[in-house]
Amino acid sequence: MPRALLAVMVLLGAALPVLAGEIAVSARRSGYDFLSSDTKAMQDDDTANPAMLSVLDGETLWSTKAGAANKSCGDCHGAADASMKGVAARYPAFNAASGAPVDLGQRVNLCRRQHQQADPFAPESRELLALTAVIAKQSRGMPITAGDDPRLASAVARGRELFVQRQGQLNLACANCHDDNWDKHLAGSAITQAQPTGYPIYRLEWQGMGSLQRRLRGCMTGVRAQALDFDAPDMISLELYLMSRAHGMTMDAPAVRP
Amino acid sequence: MSSMFDPLHLSRRHLLQLAGTVAATSALPLVTVRPAQATPAMLASAIRNLVGEAHVQTGKVRLDIPPLVENGNTVPMTVSVDHPMTPDNFVKSIHVFNEKNPQPNVANFFLTPSAGRAQVTTRIRLADTQKVVAIAKLSDGSFWSATVDVIVTLAACTEEMP
Amino acid sequence: MPAALVNVPAKAKRGAIIEIKTLMSHVMEPGYRHTAAGDAIPRDIITSFTCRFNGAEIFRADLYPAIAANPFLSFFTTASESGRFEFEWIGDNGFVANASAVITVD
Repeated sequence: MPRALLAVMVLLGAALPVLAGEIAVSARRSGYDFLSSDTKAMQDDDTANPAMLSVLDGETLWSTKAGAANKSCGDCHGAADASMKGVAARYPAFNAASGAPVDLGQRVNLCRRQHQQADPFAPESRELLALTAVIAKQSRGMPITAGDDPRLASAVARGRELFVQRQGQLNLACANCHDDNWDKHLAGSAITQAQPTGYPIYRLEWQGMGSLQRRLRGCMTGVRAQALDFDAPDMISLELYLMSRAHGMTMDAPAVRP
Repeated sequence: MSSMFDPLHLSRRHLLQLAGTVAATSALPLVTVRPAQATPAMLASAIRNLVGEAHVQTGKVRLDIPPLVENGNTVPMTVSVDHPMTPDNFVKSIHVFNEKNPQPNVANFFLTPSAGRAQVTTRIRLADTQKVVAIAKLSDGSFWSATVDVIVTLAACTEEMP
Repeated sequence: MPAALVNVPAKAKRGAIIEIKTLMSHVMEPGYRHTAAGDAIPRDIITSFTCRFNGAEIFRADLYPAIAANPFLSFFTTASESGRFEFEWIGDNGFVANASAVITVD
């Protein structure tokens, strides 16, 4: 049996619900820490950060009435900068109706269906990225708390299982790069710790915005695995595990990444 | 029996090297860029179109581009000219060219004496490791230039298009 | 109107050199790419950016496919009097976008 699997079995048996990854808390670094000074400068200045175009878009959408209910987000939630403070830092969160975690994009789409009576936005659509960007911005500077809810324990554990499971033609688990080799490089790119502090992000490679799900699908394609579908339960579990792994780290959304 | 690809008989370092190699050799994005062709000559011709027979002097111009860029799709670039900006003595324009992108022009910036400072920042694309050239045209008709070499590394991990 | 971010100081001292920063959302499709099926993706870029102050052009740029998506431009001007900056982006396929900002100079 691969050692990684043994390790996770031991970990799950001994340490639930404490989810210490292999990276010591004191050694954790966000993607921001790996950026060049130029890219840091791009993120730090709201008048230069291209993700702010998406936030601007999201602010308009926030107050735009939609659906059969003819309601805007703001009609229920008021101003996003007050009501959405800290929200993104605790997502994916437990959704009682489905008994499962939902990520921020899914939460927005639940609101669209239930409260606006509107069609949900497609994954990675301009609108969904813009609304999640404006919501995530309200958690900037706040510590990540996702995974605190005890009802999420099994989903977090499932996410961890996926994180350490080898996959694809390259037969690599997430952990092989992001736990074991985060201080090294793959070609010119820094291997980071996969601490999702800044999503949705503006990625220089994409020349546009994208969600954590898109980023994870990119990694899966990179190891030549069949990427999980958008919004698949395993995808949400993996997002949740990554957020819980970054527990206490500071949100810097909407971030810029290479 | 173990093969070279048996992960249990491969150190993680080797595995990562292997991953890097595979990614690099199969780095054919689903959307491909037409290969750049003979563009150092195109660069020379684009510059000749700008300056004509005038002599281009080296100096005055400063071109700031990270020497090793994080991603060739979005490269911060600042070009500035160390020259007064007064009504009768100023920088009229700054022209940026590159050597190996499919076409040699990057941008032209047209300034007025009211700028106060001849400095422009933008973000450019560099398809490959190459030279970037900035040429400033002054109000007295003289041309000044700066050239930098930029190393562009390709992303290690390929991705599907969304 | 596509999202644009322009940053101009609201106030400046007369004679001060101020920085103006602009970001415009645009794909800047270079026209050199092909789909997986081999079809050429046509060029769709912003070709020109102009900044005017109280009607007079103070800065202009010609942009080419080598400019990154969501073009960012920052440049300088001398604050001479109170007034209005007008920004205009023009591009392929009839793209036109405008923004403006006012400054008080004392």
